[in-house]
Amino acid sequence: MAEKVMVKGNEAMGEAAVRSGCRLYFGYPITPQSEFTEYMARRLPEVNGTFLQSESEVSAVNMIYGAAATGTRVMTSTSSPGFSLMQEGVSYIAGAELPCVFVNVVRGGPGLGDIQPAQSDYFQATKGGGHGDYHMIVLAPGTIQESVDLIKKGFDLADKYRNPVMILTDGMLGQMMEPVEFPEFVEPDDLPTHSDWALKNAEGENARIVRAFNIDPVELEELNIAYQKKYRKITENEIIYKEYFMDDAEYMFVGYGTMGRILISVIKEAREQGIKIGLFRPISLWPFPYKELKKASEGKKAIIDIEMSEGQMIEDVKLAIEDSSRIHFYGRSGGIIPEPNEILDVMNKIIGGDNNV
Amino acid sequence: MSKTILFKRPDALTDRELTYCPGCHHGIVHRIVAEVIDELGIRDETVNIAPVGCSVFANDFFDTHGIGAAHGRAPAVATGVKRARPDSIVFTYQGDGDLAAIGTAEIVHAANRGERITTIFINNAIYGMTGGQMAPTSLLGMKTTTSPYGRDARREGYPLHVSELLKETAGIAYLERVAVSSPQEVIKAKKAIKKAFLAQINDIGFGMVEVLSTCPTNWGLDPVESISYLNDKLKKEYPLGLFVDKVGDMK
Ligand SMILES: Cc1ncc(C[n+]2csc(CCOP(=O)(O)OP(=O)(O)O)c2C)c(N)n1
Ligand code: SF4
Repeated sequence: MAEKVMVKGNEAMGEAAVRSGCRLYFGYPITPQSEFTEYMARRLPEVNGTFLQSESEVSAVNMIYGAAATGTRVMTSTSSPGFSLMQEGVSYIAGAELPCVFVNVVRGGPGLGDIQPAQSDYFQATKGGGHGDYHMIVLAPGTIQESVDLIKKGFDLADKYRNPVMILTDGMLGQMMEPVEFPEFVEPDDLPTHSDWALKNAEGENARIVRAFNIDPVELEELNIAYQKKYRKITENEIIYKEYFMDDAEYMFVGYGTMGRILISVIKEAREQGIKIGLFRPISLWPFPYKELKKASEGKKAIIDIEMSEGQMIEDVKLAIEDSSRIHFYGRSGGIIPEPNEILDVMNKIIGGDNNV
Repeated sequence: MSKTILFKRPDALTDRELTYCPGCHHGIVHRIVAEVIDELGIRDETVNIAPVGCSVFANDFFDTHGIGAAHGRAPAVATGVKRARPDSIVFTYQGDGDLAAIGTAEIVHAANRGERITTIFINNAIYGMTGGQMAPTSLLGMKTTTSPYGRDARREGYPLHVSELLKETAGIAYLERVAVSSPQEVIKAKKAIKKAFLAQINDIGFGMVEVLSTCPTNWGLDPVESISYLNDKLKKEYPLGLFVDKVGDMK
C-alpha cells in the first residue's frame, strides 16, 4: 500500500491528475488556486506532458475544447471569476460531448469579491452556468484525500459519459495540508482511446466533425433529447454522498465540501451536550442525491442546511424533502466560514423552536 | 481513347454544395486551401477549425477532420489540438469579426507563441453572417447596419490593420495579405497559403494569410461592382503585400 504524504490541497489535486494519466493542462493564474497552476507547470514536463499558460480563461477553455476533441485527457483549474469567463466554452464542450475536468476553487463573490473560501458558485456549477440545456457532473470533496480520489473519479466519469466534470472545492481545501495516499500511476497509453469519435489521424477514414452546432431545430432537439437520456443515466448511476452519526439521529445537518467537514466537529460537540444530530453530506452535487436525502430526512425533527453562501444548495434540499416546515437554513458569505460555536448556537435555537435563524 | 482530367474538385473538398452568396470570395478561398492540402498530401493529419460567421459550415466543406469553434476562439481551439497532437496539421478559417473583433486576444497570442498552426483570415470589411454590421475592418465612411451614417473615426475608431499589427510578433513565420479578384491574384494567394502551411509543417512558426474578400450581399453591390470596390477601396486601405517570410524557398 502506498504511504501517506503531507500535501497542500491544490498540489495534491495536481498530482492526482498526473497519476490519472492527464498530461495536458491549460490555465490562467488566479488566487486561491495558483499553486495548482504552478504545480502543473513544474510537474508536467517531468512526465513528458504539456503545460500552457493561456492568455485568459476564455482561451484556456477553448484550448481544452480543442485538446479534448482529440480524445486526450485534459484539464484546468481556476477560481470563481475565471470559471465565469469559461461558461461559453463549457457549453460548447458539453454540447460536443467531450470529456475533460475543471477544478473550481471557489472564492467569495460576486464580482472580484475576495479571495477567501466560499460556496457561492453552487448555482453556477449545478444549474448550468453557460447557455443551453446541459449539465456538468459536479463533485464536491470534503477532505484532501477525497479531492485526490475525486480527481481520478472525475476523469473516469468524464470518459465514461463523454461529459465535462467539475470538482467544486474552495480556498480552504485548496490551501490546507493533510496526509494523503495517492492513487497508482495510470499511463496515458492505458487510457481509453476514444477511437470511435476522437480526431486522430484520418487515414482510411471519413472525416469527423466535432461541434456543438446544428442549424436544424428538429435535429438539435433530437440531440438535446439524447443529452437528457445520458443525464438520466448519470443520475441513476453516479450519485455520491456520505452520512455521519445518522443511526440514532433525531436531527440532521446538510452541508457539502468544507462545510461538511466543519459540521462533523460541530456534531461531536453537540453530542457531548446530548443532542443526537447527524450529517448528510452530498458529494455529487449534480446529480444531486434527492431520493437519498429524502430518505435520510425521514423522522428527523429538524433538517439544518449550512452553507458558505446566502442559500443555494438549500433549493435542492427543499426539492428533495418537500416538507419545508422542518427545513432550516443558515449561511455566511463573502468568504466567511461559519464557526462551530456559531453553528451550535443556531442549532440550539432551532431545536428550541426558534424559527428566526 | 484515354481521358485527361484537366479540372476537378480538389479531394480535400467534400461534395456538399457551398452555402456562399453569388460573387462571394469565400468559395474561391475554400478551393485554393483544399488544393494546397491536396498538393501537400496532408488530408489525413489536417484538422480544420471553423469560426462563427458565414464560414461556420467550413467543417462540412473541407474533407478533413474539423471542429466548430466559438466566435473568435478558433486559434485557442487550434492550439489545444496542436498541443494534444503535435503530429496534426491545424488551420483556422476566420472572418474579420471573428478574428479582428471578438477574437483579437486569441489571434495575437497564438501568433506570438509561434503556435504551429495556420490561419486563413477573410477580410471583407463587414459582418456577413449576421447581416452587414460594422466590423473593426470597415472603411471610414462605410455605411453598415450598425454604422448607418457611415463609419466615423471619432465614434467608431479606425479600420484595424491586423496584419500590420501581427507582423511585429516574433512568433510569426509567414504573413501575407492577398486578394483573389483575378486569376493572377488567385495563383499568388495559393502560393501564400501553401507557405503559411509550410511554416507549420516545417516547424518554423505561425502562418497567416489575410485575404481581401468581397461581400456583395452586405455591401449592396453586384459581384462585378464588388470586385471594383475591393480593388479601388479595400486595397487602398489594406495594401497587398508580404509582411513576414521565414519559410524561404519552397521545397
Ligand atoms: C459570442 C457570440 N457573439 C456574437 C455572435 C453573433 N455572430 C455570429 S457571426 C458574427 C460576425 C461574423 O462576421 P465575420 O467574422 O466578419 O464573418 P463573415 O460572416 O463576414 O464571413 C457575429 C457577430 C456569436 N455567434 N457568438
Ligand atoms: S453574406 Fe457576404 S460573406 Fe457571407 S456568404 Fe454572402 S457574400 Fe459571402
